[in-house]
Amino acid sequence: MSTVDPVIAPLLQARSLAYARNEEPIFGPLDFALAAGEVVLIEGDNGSGKTTLLKVLSGLLEPTSGEVLLHGEALTLAKLSHQVALLGHLLGLKLELTALENLRFAIGLGGLRRGITPQLALASVGLDGYGDQPLRSLSVGQKKRVALARLLLVPAALWLLDEPYANLDRDGIELVNRLLDHHARGGGAALITSHGAYAYTSGTPRRIALQAAA
Amino acid sequence: MKPGSTSAACAALLRRDLTLIWRRRGDALNPMLFAIIVVALFPFALGPEPATLQRIAAGTIFVALLLAMLLSLDTLFRSDLEDGSLEQLVLSPHPLALLLACKIAIHWLTTALPLIVIVPLLAQLLHLPDRVLPVLLVALALATPLLSLIGAVCVALTVGMRRSGMLLTLLVLPLIVPVLIFGAGACNAAQTGLAFAAPLLWLGAWLTLALVLAPLAAAAALKISLT
Amino acid sequence: MNPLILWFHKLGSPPYFYRFAGRWLPWLYTLALIAGVIGLYGGLVIAPADYQQGDSFRIIYVHVPCAWMSLFVYAFMAANGFIALVWRIKLSETLAMASAPIGAAFTFITLVSGSLWGKPMWGTWWTWDARLTSELVLLFLYFGVIGLYHAIEDTRQAARAAAFLALVGVVNLPIVHYSVVWWNTLHQGSTVSLMGQSKISASMLWPLLTLTFATHVYFFASLLARSRVALLELESGKEWVRALASATEPNHA
Repeated sequence: MSTVDPVIAPLLQARSLAYARNEEPIFGPLDFALAAGEVVLIEGDNGSGKTTLLKVLSGLLEPTSGEVLLHGEALTLAKLSHQVALLGHLLGLKLELTALENLRFAIGLGGLRRGITPQLALASVGLDGYGDQPLRSLSVGQKKRVALARLLLVPAALWLLDEPYANLDRDGIELVNRLLDHHARGGGAALITSHGAYAYTSGTPRRIALQAAA
Repeated sequence: MKPGSTSAACAALLRRDLTLIWRRRGDALNPMLFAIIVVALFPFALGPEPATLQRIAAGTIFVALLLAMLLSLDTLFRSDLEDGSLEQLVLSPHPLALLLACKIAIHWLTTALPLIVIVPLLAQLLHLPDRVLPVLLVALALATPLLSLIGAVCVALTVGMRRSGMLLTLLVLPLIVPVLIFGAGACNAAQTGLAFAAPLLWLGAWLTLALVLAPLAAAAALKISLT
Repeated sequence: MNPLILWFHKLGSPPYFYRFAGRWLPWLYTLALIAGVIGLYGGLVIAPADYQQGDSFRIIYVHVPCAWMSLFVYAFMAANGFIALVWRIKLSETLAMASAPIGAAFTFITLVSGSLWGKPMWGTWWTWDARLTSELVLLFLYFGVIGLYHAIEDTRQAARAAAFLALVGVVNLPIVHYSVVWWNTLHQGSTVSLMGQSKISASMLWPLLTLTFATHVYFFASLLARSRVALLELESGKEWVRALASATEPNHA
């Protein structure tokens, strides 16, 4: 039972969190907390379990041991009421639909943040005028930007971003950093993974290092 | 409908899947072609005598439709898994069983309904007596949603596998034996002038049960497959 | 805590189960062998020939115990699958998956022996009678569970998925059985019942019951042996398995 006061409880907290597949440890045990307004980098080599960690934190995978607390309460899939947005290697976009159709579906499923529309979101990721293009005709980097626009639209306070810088050009990397800054200033928080080539450059973000299990 | 509410989510999912199928409407014809081909093969194998064909007509059409649906089942979650949409569905705050029920409904609407529409044509090919046709249509209207529902549970169990075709058939087949027995049985009873209401009522009862349980089971199975 | 519940808790731990199973295995195999030999001798030699079916009826001494086992093992598998899914007990996953091939084997023997009996009795190797057909569907269910288990790479996820399928099958089996009965009934009615008055003579019955006992004991022996191996594989990274491996390693000095 958690007795933490939800007001001062951190947005996200991991307590001796560990995950094993087929009895082989993937990561952990890990202890960390993420406050509102914070962006934290998860660093580690390939195979160190970064993606798995994000899946466990989002509730897609159940931890082998330990627990994940969201606002001081145990996280289960049922409780994830519009609070967590996950952007993985697979973007979750349909190639046969246009960018706007994809975003409208995301809103239907996840809800809409106040004061923003799909068109505005597309404009702020630099895809103004691409709204009615089928996603199939966009480049890999542009598809990634559509997925970033989805993050702006849904009212999730916690962003879990798996390699958000991959496939993006210099402008795109700056865009991700700008979006993260904006999200953090608005009281949100984000966990991002990176294998080190690109990184969140604004300020000096906290880092969590993952090591490949022996 | 407020964006983010469960009804909005279901509506968005229905709209998205229907749009997707409309954009790939060529693929949607494949099950119908398959069913016509299977039915057309039987006269070649058994000879063209109307009396022979008439006797096997209802059963053949039933089997052809079930096979056509079985082939299309594999695609139920396939593309959603490959592009990551399935993760987004599972992570959404709405009951997964309800979202899956929407997907199953779409599957039935876009594969089974067109198949049922061409049944009168298939019935003519095999000289099915006119008085049996309504019974066959009712039996199929009850049996095909059952197959979509039971199939969805099995697809959810095999969703992570690259080649699940044969295994899926193995999983689904024993579960739909009763559907086939009652469905085709009702038609055969009607053809020989016997009472056919009881098997149809059984199908209806089982469909009601599956409507409630199968989406829940599919959601549980999907969670097992994704972890 | 209740000592029995405590014992169950202890049994759930793989190293304890491994030792427990190792202790019981030789006894169970011996018991199954003795009961099997007595039962077969009673059935094939002592029991009189049937006045209608002659010596052909003796195949029931294989057929009937296996048919009962095919259902019993399925129930056992599903019950363990349920425990594995609800309480996440690893041992139950192992037991459920270890029992599936044994159950499939019993089902297969039931079908083959039924078909061998059918040839002299019905004049055909196969008839689509209700019980044979249900048994065939049961075999497919077993194959589905085994196939699903081997198709998924992660052993524990595979066990959970296959256990779920076994549970779906439990809901389905009665429906299959009654639909097949409705569809066709040709098989002779049930002749043995434990509760009511039995329709077969005592000299024919006792070997049957002995053999039923033998098959049950054999099932548990085989189950324990298979689970021991499965647990070693599943827990190969754990301390107790390493200790076991180093203890039994041959000395090369």
